[in-house]
Amino acid sequence: MAHFVPHTEEEVARMLADLGLSSTEELFSSVPAALRLAGGLDLPPGLAEADVAAEMARLAGANAGDGLVCFAGGGAYDHDIPAVTRSLAGRSEFVTSYTPYQPEVAQGVLQALFEYQTLVSHLAGLPVANASVYDGATAVVEAVNLAMAATGRRSVWVSEGLNPRWRRVLSTFTAGRAPELVEVPLVGGTTRWGRAGGPGEGGQGVPPAALVVASPNYLGCIDPLGAARAAATEAGALLVVAFDPVSAGLLRTPGQQGADVAVAEGQPFGTPMAFGGPYLGMMAVAQDHVRRVPGRLVGRTVDSAGRAAYVTTLRAREQDIRREKASSNICTNQTLVAITAMVQLAWLGTGGLRELALRCARGTRYLREGILGLPGVEPMAAAPVVREFAVTLPVAPEAVVERMADEGFLAGLPVEAGGRQGLLVAVTEKRTRAEMDAYLVALEKVLS
Amino acid sequence: MSSPGGPAAGAPAPSARAPAPGGRAASAPLLGHDEEPTLFELSVPGRRSASFRTTGVPEWSAEELVPAEELRPEPPALAEVSERDLVAHLTRLSHRQYSVDLGAYPLGSCTMKYNPKLCDEAAALPGFTNVHPATPASHAQGWLALLWSLADALCRVTGMDAATLQPPAGAAGELTGLLIMRAWHRSQGRSPGKILIPDSAHGTNPASVSLAGYETVSVPSDERGLVSPEAVRRHLSPDVAGIMLTNPNTLGLFEEHIAEVAGLVHDAGGLLYYDGANLNAIMGVTKPAAMGFDIVHLNLHKTFAVPHGGGGPGAGPVAVTARLAEFLPGPVVARADDGTFYWDGPARSIGRTHGWHGNALALVRAWAYILSNGSDGLRRVSEVAVLNANWLLARLRGTYTVPFDRRAMHEVVVSTKDAPGAAGALRALDVGKRLLDKGFHAPTIYFPLVVPEALMIEPTETESPQTVAALADALVEIAREGPEVAAGAPHATPVGRADEARAARRLVLTWDAVGPA
Ligand SMILES: Cc1ncc(COP(=O)(O)O)c(C=O)c1O
Repeated sequence: MAHFVPHTEEEVARMLADLGLSSTEELFSSVPAALRLAGGLDLPPGLAEADVAAEMARLAGANAGDGLVCFAGGGAYDHDIPAVTRSLAGRSEFVTSYTPYQPEVAQGVLQALFEYQTLVSHLAGLPVANASVYDGATAVVEAVNLAMAATGRRSVWVSEGLNPRWRRVLSTFTAGRAPELVEVPLVGGTTRWGRAGGPGEGGQGVPPAALVVASPNYLGCIDPLGAARAAATEAGALLVVAFDPVSAGLLRTPGQQGADVAVAEGQPFGTPMAFGGPYLGMMAVAQDHVRRVPGRLVGRTVDSAGRAAYVTTLRAREQDIRREKASSNICTNQTLVAITAMVQLAWLGTGGLRELALRCARGTRYLREGILGLPGVEPMAAAPVVREFAVTLPVAPEAVVERMADEGFLAGLPVEAGGRQGLLVAVTEKRTRAEMDAYLVALEKVLS
Repeated sequence: MSSPGGPAAGAPAPSARAPAPGGRAASAPLLGHDEEPTLFELSVPGRRSASFRTTGVPEWSAEELVPAEELRPEPPALAEVSERDLVAHLTRLSHRQYSVDLGAYPLGSCTMKYNPKLCDEAAALPGFTNVHPATPASHAQGWLALLWSLADALCRVTGMDAATLQPPAGAAGELTGLLIMRAWHRSQGRSPGKILIPDSAHGTNPASVSLAGYETVSVPSDERGLVSPEAVRRHLSPDVAGIMLTNPNTLGLFEEHIAEVAGLVHDAGGLLYYDGANLNAIMGVTKPAAMGFDIVHLNLHKTFAVPHGGGGPGAGPVAVTARLAEFLPGPVVARADDGTFYWDGPARSIGRTHGWHGNALALVRAWAYILSNGSDGLRRVSEVAVLNANWLLARLRGTYTVPFDRRAMHEVVVSTKDAPGAAGALRALDVGKRLLDKGFHAPTIYFPLVVPEALMIEPTETESPQTVAALADALVEIAREGPEVAAGAPHATPVGRADEARAARRLVLTWDAVGPA
């Protein structure tokens, strides 16, 4: 068994004696006898470190997916992670500290978060960013809650182009407040705001708190934000944009295009795919909404000697103070993943982010052209793409993914839009031309 | 009281001196008192760290790839620093940060125990990190086996029957559990609107209640610091969906009447929700199911040693009794007769509470921790957590006010108000700040709200008796030094007391908002 509890038997006996007790059982005298477990926990006995390590290695080894060449995205991307990011984000001062409640001994985490907030603000093109929420999906939930609080309205128009799992999280986590979630369809890969309750065509007549749009969206397409902004303005609603922080190196920012709230999945910056988590919910807002932002905000101030110092601020928004009136319940967040992203973004730098985005777009163009050259493969949408694209195949996408896995590739993600099935394929800077050529050979075989 | 480290009678003394506390950080060296520049001040236009692999992909230009109206001419300004300066900057920042690895971190309710390095290594195995979350189950059997085993173990520890591992933290688990409660009531053709919560509850509880569409009814703690059956009976009505409790409660006391409270709530048609933040006190001693709870969330970042990461990530799995299993978020992992694992959707699932499968690497760490401890080890964890807290309390009694002086569980709440051993009127805030000077992290202060000037102290089981004694000595010393000394603290820290009022008044949330020097 492992020895994480330092006490010797003698020490335990002496401490018990100090308390006038003769057994550890007596420590639990306030637990009624009827509630005490007779036989202890029904778990195996503890293992030594080397035995645990062997079992963990066995489990890790049972994931054949580790060896697949990854062309899947959909909110989780296979980017290169430099040693410096792993090393700095793994520093135990960051890993083993808690929420910075005592700023005098938490300047490291606080300053790193201040720098993170600045970087996210630049990516989003909005002046205020928080210190993280759980993931891209819950960032959308928080944005919708913010919009409902800001407008007092309870209807939300959500583009069909928003990640379907994120839409599911949105409908699950808002079920208690039961906003009306109106799905606005994609046509040709971009959102048709005029339909499904849109102001132009009669709709439901309930004015929305927010319009939620993703660009690039789940089919990889750039969804013009000008049209979304115009529809939001006409409806008197906030515009919530889910953006891709990597493509932000090439595309105009949500803020430049009138977003009130911008959210993103920050996993691409230094965090491994790791079967889906922990990831990073990035969130930025226009200045008007600073007092409605969920979660921690780090502000810069001075200490008693006038030196720069960082603290969490506007704390009165948060659950520990506002309790049932808080607009969010978030407490533990994703700080370490935010610090990871901050390091990765610093390593990339201004020019590096541009190059990263460009390399993803180049790979995407190369593979997309290749796939569309295969018989029976059609684009799912005509609109321009940057780092991901969707195609329809002559074979069911689930079967293609299974068979391609046997060929050594994670071919993509099955997608559905407008009642059609397809495959969503992502290409990062990590994919070489040789890998893509091999992918095409395998896919042709699987499709024939 | 025995000295913690003195040699036991008969044992050979390893040295003439008593062993030193391992958790006191006051010896941490510092080099100077300058401000640390920000990344943006270190930035030099054109300086670069990033390099990219050779791919052979055609080098189309941005203009060829992105429509002109969508292309931004310049990328967003980040920072332009050398890798060397980046490493130095982050390393210096890390030296301005207290951590469990540095010393004792007795934040009550947060369970800042030692995070085994073995778990870090497990979570870094490429077989876990390189797997895309949409990988078919056939190629992710190791992951599915781990998730299944962890859910199974958490059910064994809590006495529940089924679990979801999706919720990424405790608060997300609370909301998930309350939505399950709501779905269950609806399935019974009811929609009660209220949830009972004791006044000592953590802030996330009422916040989650509101988000779940319920109204919070606050139940006052009695003079013993407990939720009495009478108080619950007074607040029960057909409009009550359930009660949310943590046991031991946030005063560190076991809710002795829990079985009776459970009976009352169940008889009234309600369910019981267990906030698992305090499970560290009771593993192998009792189980939430035995107490009558129906829904449990666990904070794996507390009880199961997942490191807190400066504020996250954690993991907040939710476990439920059999009748609620069909409402769990999905998919969940199931095991086939042939021993393989597959994804399965609970029949009447409330939906999803995470974009993928939850904070998966936190789940890996928790599993490695559970394997290491096993049934005997987890029981030992709770025994020593409770022993340390009571032993600490014995050393503070007589110096600080003990508002509810009963058998403590894994944490203790004392107060500076009318503290018998204090040379003057001490504030909890100042005690916390002064403790930083003594080489320890501060306890949780001003929580729970029902105790004025509260210091909530949780030593955890991983601090040795020498460290617990040194912590107690430091707290006693602070009381003796009196309020004037404490009011100016801390002095030994990288910055002095920070002006929080100014931070809120003159909001500077990004480097852009910092005015010219
Ligand atoms: C008693 C109690 N309940 C709930 C929570 C919320 O958990 P989390 O921070 O993981 O959301 C905490 C911890 O912060 C807590 O101490």
